[in-house]
Amino acid sequence: MKSAATPVGETRRPALQGRRSLAALWHSLGFRAWLYQAVAVAVVALIVFFMASNAGRALAMRGIHTGFGFLLHPAGFSIDETLLPFDSGDTFLRAFFAGFCNTLWVSALSLVGATILGCLLGIARLSSNWLLARISLIYVEVFRNTPQLIQIVFWYTLLTHLPVARQAWHVSDWLYLSNRGLMLAWLADHALAGRMAAALLLAIAGSWAWARWADARRRRTGRPLPVWLGTAALVIGLPLLVWALSGASMALEHPRLRGFNFHGGLVLSPEFMALGLGLSLYIAAYIAEIVRSGIQSVRRGQIEAGRAVGLSGFGLLRRIVLPQALRVIVPPITAQYISLLKTSSLGVAVGYPELFNVSNTIITISGHTLECVAIMGLVYLVTALGIAAVMNVYNHVIAIRGGRA
Amino acid sequence: MTMRAPSRSRAAVSSDLRRASPVRSGGAASWLRRNLFDGPGNSLLTIVLCVGLAYVVWLAVDWAIVHAVWRPSDRALCKTVDGACWAIVAEKYRVILFGTFPYHEQWRCVIVVVLIVGMAIVSAYRRFWSRWLAYAWAAVVAAVLVLMLGGVFGLQPTGTYLWGGLPLTLIMSAVTVVGGLPGAVLLALGRRSGLPAIKALCVGITELIRGLPLLVVLFMAGVLLPLFMPAGLSIDKFVSAQVAMIVFFAAYAAEIVRGGLQAVPIGQYEAAEAIGLGYGRRMRRVVLPQALRIVIPALVNDIIRAFKNTTFVSILGLFDILGATNAATQDPLWIQYAPEAYLFVFLLYFVFCFSMSRYSSRLEADLSAGRNY
Repeated sequence: MKSAATPVGETRRPALQGRRSLAALWHSLGFRAWLYQAVAVAVVALIVFFMASNAGRALAMRGIHTGFGFLLHPAGFSIDETLLPFDSGDTFLRAFFAGFCNTLWVSALSLVGATILGCLLGIARLSSNWLLARISLIYVEVFRNTPQLIQIVFWYTLLTHLPVARQAWHVSDWLYLSNRGLMLAWLADHALAGRMAAALLLAIAGSWAWARWADARRRRTGRPLPVWLGTAALVIGLPLLVWALSGASMALEHPRLRGFNFHGGLVLSPEFMALGLGLSLYIAAYIAEIVRSGIQSVRRGQIEAGRAVGLSGFGLLRRIVLPQALRVIVPPITAQYISLLKTSSLGVAVGYPELFNVSNTIITISGHTLECVAIMGLVYLVTALGIAAVMNVYNHVIAIRGGRA
Repeated sequence: MTMRAPSRSRAAVSSDLRRASPVRSGGAASWLRRNLFDGPGNSLLTIVLCVGLAYVVWLAVDWAIVHAVWRPSDRALCKTVDGACWAIVAEKYRVILFGTFPYHEQWRCVIVVVLIVGMAIVSAYRRFWSRWLAYAWAAVVAAVLVLMLGGVFGLQPTGTYLWGGLPLTLIMSAVTVVGGLPGAVLLALGRRSGLPAIKALCVGITELIRGLPLLVVLFMAGVLLPLFMPAGLSIDKFVSAQVAMIVFFAAYAAEIVRGGLQAVPIGQYEAAEAIGLGYGRRMRRVVLPQALRIVIPALVNDIIRAFKNTTFVSILGLFDILGATNAATQDPLWIQYAPEAYLFVFLLYFVFCFSMSRYSSRLEADLSAGRNY
């Protein structure tokens, strides 16, 4: 099929009969197509050259040497909170990496929170209970119609205006909430917690494989397996097994007030919480709308047909509504996930050391502006593309497959 | 009412006929029963929600109105009362709304805000959509520039470094949209062009910008643009931020316009070609009017996003509403009551964005009504 807007170079008509003069050349579509492109490329090349030569001159004038060698020098600054251990003796490269890990950490947690809250809100929008649907609508309108940055800054001011550590709100000695953040009792053995989290991820991957195998077996033999039982056993059992093998340590570390702050336990700083809340509550409003329209896109006849073959409640949702709704939901939700990752750069406004914030610090200290901006931009681009790729694979899994029933 | 099965006996039908007439569907009681008390589960949910909602509303009213402190002279009261300290808004509203603009010249800001908001409202009515609207906007832009920059007609000169608050936010949003839309159309047309080099260029620019966070694009413009310019030509912070906002908006709007271009039936392209129109006229007279009409609601949503995104410039040190509020709440006397100031700004943005999004959905209904493909 001819594409709709291939205006200039689409057809190469035979040259005009008779003389092939300059005029004929000027009026031939092929020549014009070539000319337009040559001019466009030349103009862009000129602009790039002009800018590059200006930059080169400016850098030479200030005596700045460009190059990525500085990445291996010691950074000489410290980062307040990192997932990856980092101190001022480490290299700039590691600082970038620590910032990137923080970006991923806050984005991943917010992504999970936004998805769960968004799905609940989206389903609530469709509730037959008018009040519930209204409350969900109000949430969506309020959070979508105000800037995300103001939300983040607002949460931050709210969290830092909480009582001081000595007068923290607390639940026994398990949980403290003060202007220093949220402190939770946590496993004393931090490495164990990490291993258990890894086991949980492994169990989720394993249960997916198990569900696929059970489904294939059901198709082959006609006998269904208790898929949910196996999944539950994996998800609960594997982390517990890791915990038992590691010596089944029950030791919990409670936050203790020492001086002006708490020590021990799990600490969620106000910066982290403000950014996480701002990201997840805002994106949840968008996800709610996507989920609502996805569910509404399933035809009524499908649901009635599902009822007719004896499905109801959860079975109807699981077998009829979700598979069809997900096809509508996944592509726009992918865009939201990518947007969430990108807006995590707003952490700089509240002082959370994510990639943008750390890059800024590195620029101030090392002076290598061009290189740092290039690295930062590239990392965001590649990560966004990575999310898109993963979601495309998932989209492929849930898409209608030709040939398979 | 459910449909009756046809196999029922005549006797059953006649006994049905003697039953009370069905409940009127319009009554309040019936509405309540259907929407709030439909079965025990739903009734319980309604009651729980009602109690929870009443509690939250009571707390909010108690905090925001009953125990609130309103007058700046009562600042001492804010410490003792369990209520909102709106006094901070009353004390700082000039800074929040107009930034660091000279105090006695702020009437110029008021006129600018009225002009821009007024023009935006006029532009919302479809019956004003004509070339006169473009001329009117040009006149408003000229008036805004005169008022904001000063230096003529005996007005005190006020550089962009003095701009702030609501005028800055509104000007930046308006210029972003007005400057970004032509760029978006060009990028979208380029992306659908049959010329490989031009297509590659447009795809490259669009995808590169869309892959980066707005903050990074703003930062690049702020840091790199001065580096790339010839020596001696300095670019002020406002201009570089404005350029970044335009480029970012254009890249996103280009994808929307491209969707519109794809939605125009191929017959329209072919018919325009058949009557011998050149590329420029084909696009300007036939394709774009139809394509843009389809995507107007989506574009309004993008304009709302651009408006919300102007807050990002506060991170670069510009005093838009958020930046001005950040500055205003640094006052050690008032720093404690910053949350109230942010709530005020939050509400201000909500009023703007909510009315725009209502408008967008009404427009969508209006525009799709007459369409039959």
